[in-house]
Amino acid sequence: MRTPLALAAVGAALLVAPVLAPAYYVTLMLPFMAYGVVLLGFNLLFGYTGLVSFGHALFIGIGAYTGAVLTTKLGVRHMELILPAAALAAAIVAAPVGALCVRYVKIYFGMLTLAFGMVFYTFLLKFYRLTGGDEGMRMLRPYLLGSEWAGFNKTAYLVGPYYYFSLGVLALATLLMWRIVASPFGLCLKTIRDNPLKAESLGVSVPRYRWSAFMISAVYGAVGGALLAPPTGNVDPTLAYWTHSGNVVFMVLLGGFSSFFGPLLGAFAFIFLQDTVMSVFPYWRLIFGAILAFIVIFAPGGLMGLFARRRGPVEASRG
Amino acid sequence: MGGVFHAAILFLVAAGLQLVFGVQKIFNLACGSFYALGAYTGISAVGYFVGHGGPPILFIVPLVAGGLAVGLVGVVVERGLLRFVYDRDETFQLLLTFALVLMLEDLIRMTWGAAPASTGGLYLAYGQARLLGATVPVYNLIVIAASLAVALGMGFMLTRTAFGRIIRAAADNREMAEALGVDMRGVYARVFTLGTMLGTLGGALVIPATAAMSEMGIELIVEAFAVVVIGGLGSMRGAFLGALVVGVLRSVAIWVYPELEMLLIYLIVIAVLLWRPRGLFGTAAA
Repeated sequence: MRTPLALAAVGAALLVAPVLAPAYYVTLMLPFMAYGVVLLGFNLLFGYTGLVSFGHALFIGIGAYTGAVLTTKLGVRHMELILPAAALAAAIVAAPVGALCVRYVKIYFGMLTLAFGMVFYTFLLKFYRLTGGDEGMRMLRPYLLGSEWAGFNKTAYLVGPYYYFSLGVLALATLLMWRIVASPFGLCLKTIRDNPLKAESLGVSVPRYRWSAFMISAVYGAVGGALLAPPTGNVDPTLAYWTHSGNVVFMVLLGGFSSFFGPLLGAFAFIFLQDTVMSVFPYWRLIFGAILAFIVIFAPGGLMGLFARRRGPVEASRG
Repeated sequence: MGGVFHAAILFLVAAGLQLVFGVQKIFNLACGSFYALGAYTGISAVGYFVGHGGPPILFIVPLVAGGLAVGLVGVVVERGLLRFVYDRDETFQLLLTFALVLMLEDLIRMTWGAAPASTGGLYLAYGQARLLGATVPVYNLIVIAASLAVALGMGFMLTRTAFGRIIRAAADNREMAEALGVDMRGVYARVFTLGTMLGTLGGALVIPATAAMSEMGIELIVEAFAVVVIGGLGSMRGAFLGALVVGVLRSVAIWVYPELEMLLIYLIVIAVLLWRPRGLFGTAAA
């Protein structure tokens, strides 16, 4: 019964954070919440279905660019329209891409997703007139809940309405994902991960389930990507670059891919650790590479795995 | 001709990738970082050589020596990191090489700084040659010849020598090779080091022709990746033909329709992965 308590505490802390914490740390929470949405979806594919995508930045990029195109070129400023549009765009791309990718597993799945991600990256980079090339595009400040929030300056907007809007999206996404993984559908995914042959012989259509998981994770990726853009006010092709996909896998592994909340913890730890390391030492990749190597070799369960081990084997077994 | 030069460099890096994948079944994302490491070391070695009165015409000697020497870092990486994950899921192996990518990129930045570096005007030290109606730097021809020599040497080693037979046996069936008394630890260490040296040599050789940047590694890896997918994972012949396809297509695309450059290559990669996941020239092993 510790989990509901811990959740309530975390939820309460998130609600009061903008009031108590310095604005700087509150703005750091924004990418955390955006990546939180991305990683929840990513882990449906990675942790629950056993497919490691090395091109998930494709969907982050689609989400972010959808927001930028809608706000700057089409004059659509309402975030309530941008998020569904991002989800739709991702679904349109993910339907054929996923259908092709899920025919393969393991390293071939990873390579194919990486290639698709790089196609989109190259498209963003080369088709200058449509996408702004390597400079990217501006993302205008979106309206939230129908209001422009005109009286708020940039920081006040971000730590106020935008923070709570992101938090709401993250909470909804978490709740929905919780229902998905607990549903018969989620159980089928785990069966497929553990033993695809057995799942097939039990009448589960393995490719169709994998495709559905791919679709859901793509939509989550795009919604998270759309949330990522407004705080910086800018989108550029590196959002879709393969190292960004690598960072997504990194975050999930850091938090722990075999636990439901691991990816959220991973996103949080990654963002704040990156900020801390960068403030004292410019070469954060060196430190992060070492951390990743350490996790891979000694603690494949990530941070959640470390906590679980300390709490004893009974708790740990409840992945 | 620029395409063939590029293909010669790509082949070296891709051959290292293939060798490691064929034997150790690890897709080494860090091969691009080794390439960058080789490039910067090459610049330093040449700078030292010329700075200490070495004749500029011989700059290729310290270049190659530096490139090969820094490849020995492969031993450290294999013994210090990779050997812990051989029995793990390949996802973890892939991520460990991604960790290497992150670390090496910043190590290079710490050592050589973030600004682009180059060897200066040595590129044309060997003059230019006229070939098939085009003017080509002689240095390009040297690199193409060197790459061909490496390809032939690798082919000879793999098919004609005892070590080559052990490598192919290990690639085919690790347990059986081990049961027959092959010291796998030694083989893995040597194969990985050899793969690393091919990458660093490629980086060193490219450097008179282009400036070194700290991002060059992560950019090259996607090209090397395209080469091995088109050629077929784990196949040396595949690396050779794949490098030619990618190198030449790129230069043709740049000439005809620049927007298409890499896009075309990725589309080919996807097509190959879908229709022939083992690659156009893929066989089972190295």
